[in-house]
Amino acid sequence: MSTDRKARIATVSLAGCFGCHMAILDMDERLIDLMARVEFDRSPLNDLKRFTGRCDIGIVEGGCCNEENVHTLQEFRRNCDVLVALGQCAIMGGLPAMRNAIMHSDDPLRDCLDEAYLSSPYTRNLTNTVPNDPVLPLLLDRVYPCSEVVEIDLQIPGCAPSGDIIHDTLIALLDGKFRGFERTELRFD
Amino acid sequence: MVQSQTDIATPAEIEAICARFDDDPHRMLDILQEVQTRFRCVSPEVMEVVASATGLTRVAVDAVVSFYSFLSDAPKGRVTIRLCDDIVDRFSGLDAVIAAFEAELGIKVGQTSGDGAFSLEVTACIGMCDQAPAAMINDVVLTSLTAERVRDLVTQLKEGVDPGLLIGSRYYEKPPQDRIRDAVRNNIRRAGAVLLGPVPADSGLKKALQMRPEQVIDIIEDSGLRGCGGAGFPAGKKLRHATQNDSTRRFVFCNADEGEPGTFKDRVLLTERAHLMVEGMTVAARAIGAEEGLIYLRGEYTYMRDHILAVLDDRRARGLLGRNIMGMEGSHFDVRLQMGAGSYVCGEAGALISSCEGLPGEPKGRLPLPTERGYLGLPTVVNNVETFCHIARVMDRGAEWFRGMGTDTSPGTKLFSVSGDCLNPGIYELEYGLTLAELLDMAGAPEAAAVMVGGPSGTIIGREHFGRRLVFGDLPTGGAVMIFGPHRNILEIVDYYMGFFVHESCGYCTPCRVGNVFLHKAVQKIRAGQGKQADLDYIREYSATIMETSRCGLGQTSPNPILSTLKNFPLLYSAMLKGGGDRTQPTFDIQDAIEEARSIAQRRSYIFDRDFTQ
Repeated sequence: MSTDRKARIATVSLAGCFGCHMAILDMDERLIDLMARVEFDRSPLNDLKRFTGRCDIGIVEGGCCNEENVHTLQEFRRNCDVLVALGQCAIMGGLPAMRNAIMHSDDPLRDCLDEAYLSSPYTRNLTNTVPNDPVLPLLLDRVYPCSEVVEIDLQIPGCAPSGDIIHDTLIALLDGKFRGFERTELRFD
Repeated sequence: MVQSQTDIATPAEIEAICARFDDDPHRMLDILQEVQTRFRCVSPEVMEVVASATGLTRVAVDAVVSFYSFLSDAPKGRVTIRLCDDIVDRFSGLDAVIAAFEAELGIKVGQTSGDGAFSLEVTACIGMCDQAPAAMINDVVLTSLTAERVRDLVTQLKEGVDPGLLIGSRYYEKPPQDRIRDAVRNNIRRAGAVLLGPVPADSGLKKALQMRPEQVIDIIEDSGLRGCGGAGFPAGKKLRHATQNDSTRRFVFCNADEGEPGTFKDRVLLTERAHLMVEGMTVAARAIGAEEGLIYLRGEYTYMRDHILAVLDDRRARGLLGRNIMGMEGSHFDVRLQMGAGSYVCGEAGALISSCEGLPGEPKGRLPLPTERGYLGLPTVVNNVETFCHIARVMDRGAEWFRGMGTDTSPGTKLFSVSGDCLNPGIYELEYGLTLAELLDMAGAPEAAAVMVGGPSGTIIGREHFGRRLVFGDLPTGGAVMIFGPHRNILEIVDYYMGFFVHESCGYCTPCRVGNVFLHKAVQKIRAGQGKQADLDYIREYSATIMETSRCGLGQTSPNPILSTLKNFPLLYSAMLKGGGDRTQPTFDIQDAIEEARSIAQRRSYIFDRDFTQ
């Protein structure tokens, strides 16, 4: 990447918990140095809802649980040169993918919604219906990791990844020197 | 029909069966086959009894039962129908035959009828590719099936007609060698000078007995004879290696577990040249000083069991087997028949030996070779049926005569099992060195678009390679030549055989057990039009790992159907690959993924469905 212009980064949280975005902020004062080299395009960090131009790096948190996630992820693939899956949900589906375990059913999605909104003893749902407002995006049959929907160039593991690993990876990418992770970086215990 | 009382096994009956085999754990396969035949299953309770009789654990017995596809822990029907599900059968109308069986019997493939009368199954190649589709009904083989014939067969079977009588009303009155000829046609299209031409009885053995053992080995080595099972190991070298130890007990094993799909030459040799085969075994036994021999006959060829037993009995009666063969003082050799139970990998020498030892048919390590430490840890020579027949002939006519045929590196003749899209499927005995085009010409296959040489573990080649020669070093083959016309889908063939290898992997080596599943899935993905260039790289990488890290020939060759078609039919694959300029995954289908939610929410997708109301 040439140094005469700032690299453009976009980020998004799909079926995730925003923990990975919090982890981006965990690089603390190094963010100031980073901001000298990059500018953020579409991202919840600056509340930009649309791409304003092509980006060098796209960072995706969370997998795809509904059609809107898919649509957003496809937009990111179209607009970003390097697409990074950040954290376990983006890489493997993570916690939301627990609903994929409902598989020995003729109608797994309906079973899942029934359990969540109607039949569970912990549910307090006064209308006793499954929410179905037209603004709600349709759910997918199961939760997909990002790499099953579009090609992903790089995965930063962790739940959530540490601020260090995110910072180091981004710097290495910006320098064009990223060569994968050390084994020690992939230990989380 | 009602389930008769004799179907329930009592411990005493099981113990009696074990006692018949001296409670010997090495005879486990025989014991379990006997139980299976008699009681149509080996139930967990029976396993307990067998285990305590033979001094093994129940788990060890269970491991054997679950390994072989002809043994089962759940009861099979009194009539078990096994349809040969090879690609050639599929191309010859297997679908209609299966549909007819299912309709007539009222059960699906893999099921047993409620009254316990019928089981319907599919099985890998049963060696009848020249007369497909074929089926085994209990032990009886029926070939060239049609839907119409099936309806007639099932009607008779339901009336209680014995499966053997479906072949002819006087089936059981005939001697065994006539029975097997009635059941299965030989289809010998070309008889060569060595095996299928006129063969004088036992003159090779007579000459061998007059020589010293080293001289016998010298002659075999001098003839340049190479093993006919596929790998082509020099037969003389194998014999010599088996003598280079100080063991006092050695074995000669005949591998009649002809499992490579598309191969059926041994079936014809066993039918027509069983005496020659045993003669060859006896010569080999003379050469290495073995007194015990064994023929491992694949379970699919059980219909030939009585024939082989009759041949052995006849030879014993004539002093050609047993003690003091042909009156030669101190020359003893006898042969036992071991039946296989439906496992492809048992055609591999190490797995075959494991199977004979009463174990699951898992291959041994690559070293030591069986000639050093084989059956029961003793030197064992394992050769193919055809190799033993050749050995007998070489002894009779001499090395010079044998080397006069074929090429320098591959002397003599070879049996080719030709099947598929040709006018004359069958057996061709031809000298090594002819081109594939010449063979196709004889078989009447001017339109052949692809030929699989050496079965699925061999190679699949296209028209531009038909000039290659059928010799070791160019197109080696255990004998299988499967011809596919231009209307066949090559990827379907590859898909089928990868599924075959997934099924037949013994599961010992993880790269083979798991890797073949991944390869199979990758092929299916490409077939479905969802593949990308990256998938081909993935296939190549996986194939290399499987071939390098598997310990037997199955894993070392299982990626061949994919690799050889990738090499020889590259356009086929590139036509199926998705361009993917947008870098999305072709396997992901948004319409599929939201279908369920759409029906629950009762509305269209505002993102992915067009609005037709405007």
